Amino acid sequence: MLNVGKIEEGFVLDHMNAGESLRIYHDLKLDELDCTVAMIMNARSRKMGKKDILKVECPIDMLDLDVLGFIDHKITVNVIKDGEIVEKKRLHLPKEIKNVIKCKNPRCITSIEQELDHIFVLTDPSTETYRCKYCEETYSRI
Amino acid sequence: MRHLMSPMDFSVEELEKLMDLAQDISADPAKYAHKCDGRILATCFYEPSTRTRLSFESAMLRLGGQVLGFATADSSSAAKGESVSDTIRIISSYADICAMRHPKEGAPMVAAQKSWIPVINAGDGGHQHPTQTLTDLMTIRSLKGSLSDMTIGLCGDLKFGRTVHSLINALCRYENVSFIFISPPELKIPDYIREDVLIRNNIPFKEVIKLDDVMPELDILYMTRVQRERFFNEEDYVRLKDFYILNKEKMALAKSDMMVLHPLPRVNEISVEVDDDERAMYFKQVKYGMYIRMALILTLLEIE
Repeated sequence: MLNVGKIEEGFVLDHMNAGESLRIYHDLKLDELDCTVAMIMNARSRKMGKKDILKVECPIDMLDLDVLGFIDHKITVNVIKDGEIVEKKRLHLPKEIKNVIKCKNPRCITSIEQELDHIFVLTDPSTETYRCKYCEETYSRI
Repeated sequence: MRHLMSPMDFSVEELEKLMDLAQDISADPAKYAHKCDGRILATCFYEPSTRTRLSFESAMLRLGGQVLGFATADSSSAAKGESVSDTIRIISSYADICAMRHPKEGAPMVAAQKSWIPVINAGDGGHQHPTQTLTDLMTIRSLKGSLSDMTIGLCGDLKFGRTVHSLINALCRYENVSFIFISPPELKIPDYIREDVLIRNNIPFKEVIKLDDVMPELDILYMTRVQRERFFNEEDYVRLKDFYILNKEKMALAKSDMMVLHPLPRVNEISVEVDDDERAMYFKQVKYGMYIRMALILTLLEIE
C-alpha cells in the first residue's frame, strides 16, 4: 500500500476518473504554481472502481474552482487547513469560462484577433453545452 | 448605448416599434430628411458588399447625415495587421455610429466591446446578418400584414447562410410559425439552430431535399445563394451551386398568395423568368431594407 503524507494547507481533489489527473494537473496550470503536488493514480474506489486523486499544497485561494467545475463537476474538493478537512466544496458548471479552451472554428474572430480572450458560455446545462461567445460554435470535448 | 449584433437584441415589442418607424419613414420621407444633420455613419466593410453597404449609406444620406468608411479589408489598416479592437477605437473618434461587415464570425461583437459609438453588425461570416433579418421581417409584415400564422420554406445554403440563421431566430418568436428546410444534406441547418432554437422552443419544422414536394405548403419561400466564399473547397461549391433553381414550373405548384424572398444577390437559383411573377418580392425587399436601416440608425442614435 502506497502512502502519501498529510498536507497542512491546500486541496485534495478526489473522485477523479482514473487517468484524468495528469490532464487536470495541466488544465489547472499547477505546473505554473510554486506548490507541492501529489498525484495518485488508479487508487481503488468502492464507488468508481479506480480513481485518481490530486493533493495540492498551496494557499486555498490559489485554485480556480470554476475551471475545475468545467473540467469535471463531479470531482470532490476537500479544503485542508492545519492538516484537517475544513470544507467540502461542491462544484458546479461555470456560466462562463475564460481562456481555458480555445475556439476551433477557423471562421471565428478569435482565430485572428490578437490578445482576445477565448470565452465560452454555458448555453444548456442539461447537456453541458458550451458555445463560443463570438461565433456560437459548440465546444466539443472530443 | 445600444448595439445591434443579432435580431434577438430587440424584443418583439421593440421590433414592432422599429418597423412602425420604418413604415412612417416610407410614408413621409421628407419628415426625416434632416434628422441626422451633422451626424456621421462609418461603414467598415472588411468583405465586399454592394447592397448592404449602399443601403446603409443611402439610409444615412436620406436622413441628412454623412458617411465615411472602407469597402474592403485591403483598403483599411487591417491590411497592415491592425486588430478590430484598435480599428473601432479609431473609428469611434471619427463617426457617431458604425456598420461593420467582417468575414470572421463575432468580429462586430469584439468591436462593440471596445466601441464608444453604437455598432451595427452588417454581417459576420456565416454567423449573423441582423439588418437583413430586419429587412425580411419588414417585407413580410408589410406585404402579408403580419408575422404570425405561416409556413416558411428556406431553400439552398442553410449551413453557411447567415441570413437564414438570423431569420429563423427572429421568426421563432411569433405565433404559429412553422419551417420547412430545403437543402442538400451537406448544407443543412447547423445543430445549434436545430437544437437550441427550434427543438427547445417546440417550433414545428421538417427538413427535405426536394423543393417540388413542399411548394404547395409554403406561404413564403426564402431562396438563398450558395456562396462561393464560404467554401474552403472549390469542388464542393461547384457540385452544390446549382442544386436548386426556382423556375415557372415550380412556381405553378405554389399557392397564389405565396411570396418569394431572396436576400440577393442571386446567381442561378431563381430563374429570370420568375421576376415577372407577381409573387416575386425580392426586388421590393431592397427598398424595405433601406427604410428599416433608416429607422435603426435613428433608434440607435436615440434621435426622436
